[in-house]
Amino acid sequence: MKEKENKNIEKKKGPGRILIREEYCMGCRLCEVNCLVQHSKTKNIIKAYKTEFPRPKPGVIVEENGYVSFALQCRHCDDAPCLEACLTSAMHRDKDTQAVICDADKCVGCWMCIMVCPYGAIARNTEGKKVASKCDLCKGENVPVCVKNCPNEAIIYEK
Amino acid sequence: MKNKQKKYVIVGNSTAGVAAIEAIRSIDRAGVITVVSDEPYLNYSRPLISYFLAGKVSKDKLSFRGKDFYESNEIRLILDTKAVRIDTEKKELVCSGNKKVPFDKLLLAAGGVPIIPPLNGRDLAGVFTFTKLSDAEAIEKYVRSHSVKKAVVIGGGLIGLKATEALVALHMSVTIVELADRVLSAAFDKTASSIIEHALEKVNCRVSVNNTVEEIEGRAGEVKGVIFKNKEKVPADLVIIAIGVRPSISLAQGTRIKINKGFLVDDHMRTSVRDIYAAGDCCEAWDALLGINRTLAIWPLAVKQGLAAGYAMVGSDKKYAGGFAMNSVELCGIPTVSVGVTNPEGTGYEVLESYDKEKPLYRKIILQNNRIMGAIFVGDIDRAGIYTGLIRDTVDTASFKEHLLKDDFGLIRFPKEYRKYLIDKETVAI
Repeated sequence: MKEKENKNIEKKKGPGRILIREEYCMGCRLCEVNCLVQHSKTKNIIKAYKTEFPRPKPGVIVEENGYVSFALQCRHCDDAPCLEACLTSAMHRDKDTQAVICDADKCVGCWMCIMVCPYGAIARNTEGKKVASKCDLCKGENVPVCVKNCPNEAIIYEK
Repeated sequence: MKNKQKKYVIVGNSTAGVAAIEAIRSIDRAGVITVVSDEPYLNYSRPLISYFLAGKVSKDKLSFRGKDFYESNEIRLILDTKAVRIDTEKKELVCSGNKKVPFDKLLLAAGGVPIIPPLNGRDLAGVFTFTKLSDAEAIEKYVRSHSVKKAVVIGGGLIGLKATEALVALHMSVTIVELADRVLSAAFDKTASSIIEHALEKVNCRVSVNNTVEEIEGRAGEVKGVIFKNKEKVPADLVIIAIGVRPSISLAQGTRIKINKGFLVDDHMRTSVRDIYAAGDCCEAWDALLGINRTLAIWPLAVKQGLAAGYAMVGSDKKYAGGFAMNSVELCGIPTVSVGVTNPEGTGYEVLESYDKEKPLYRKIILQNNRIMGAIFVGDIDRAGIYTGLIRDTVDTASFKEHLLKDDFGLIRFPKEYRKYLIDKETVAI
């Protein structure tokens, strides 16, 4: 009987995952540049950096210390603390891709998500309306652009 | 018996109650869920009422679950109805109008109620509390129909200051009166409080500390001013009482449910009476940092507790892992985050601090045996969650302590094994 009750609940397929291989990262920051351009209105590198307002923030953070570096983006956690902490449900799981994304329209910039993300993977974008900004796994793309443009396969995408 | 649909009843239609619904429905699609709320609305996000009053968020954007939430989850909604008492023997919830709702599993998640001191004049028109949407709507209506220029906010805690911010946006000059020696004394230390106090003064607010209101004065039934403890008279067209909230527990009085300040619960959010659970601001759940049960009225924990209660009500053994104090709030345009123990008492604590008074930027980290116990960030809160994660995982920071205060602090400073574990493991829960 219990099985019958539960038949509607199917295990949802998780989002793709970006694996980080710090041994291969050279700290070139091409991931950062490509992410920003991809999330700009014009998708033009010069305009995206120089004239667009509000300028998007890259959803990938490059951390560096001497010879060690790596590109880090939202882990799209199964048990994402940012989803629970969001006061408005702006932070939500995309129905199609299962990625954790922020609806800028609903976001009020309370930064609860930033307080609970153990990766520090959510940024404040305060240029226009205050909104939380993060990796969306490049919805619509087969492979996120940071991964596609990494010359050293220091980040790889696992679907 | 197996075929019988379980009757779940939830008192309260806010954060914890909604989370419980989602947990129950993730396992049991067939049970009957009834939600009883004394408010007339579908769900709305309480922290947003200050944004609503300030005109930053419209009423239709206050809900955190869409209109179809109740329909798609097949919820029986009993709104605008007060749960009055519980008959634990008959397993019935008795509501206003003597309406009786039978339950197999009951969740108490009615949140908190504002504390109103026995002040003369508290019943005057123009005196409000500020915890519900109806409060914000009543204030908005009063402001529109009266020429309100001066306001007094009693209480310099989070609710008082968010109310102040909204009143400032409505072009009022506000006096905040606070019993302690500074605003936000619960979560902030002296330096952090002083930054916010300076910012408040810049937007034409006065902060009066070590002080309280002794009487609210009125004329023709409307508030006209307040008299402070030091006998100073302050004119006011509007008064907001925001000295704190207490758990909403009255419906369980006279039952065997154990109550301290709030309902005492175990790690399945069970109260002391079988089949009755509690979650959110009305309960005293496990504080993982202090190692005690206490009320922690914050959104993320209300969600976690609501989920844990929902799972327990269905019979799943997922536990509530406990939580700790944390808050993120922007005041006067200054972002702030406070987590864990921020005013350590006693010995054995180490404090790391950096303060740039001009900008202002403030960062404080409290350690005990090299483990982070708390942190305060004012001005720049970027990547603050990394510290929250270190508190949660009780990480020994000895090998990277000197980097904790640096602007570029990040996962790169972690021991490689911990970094790998953090990045590659599948789930995370704070």
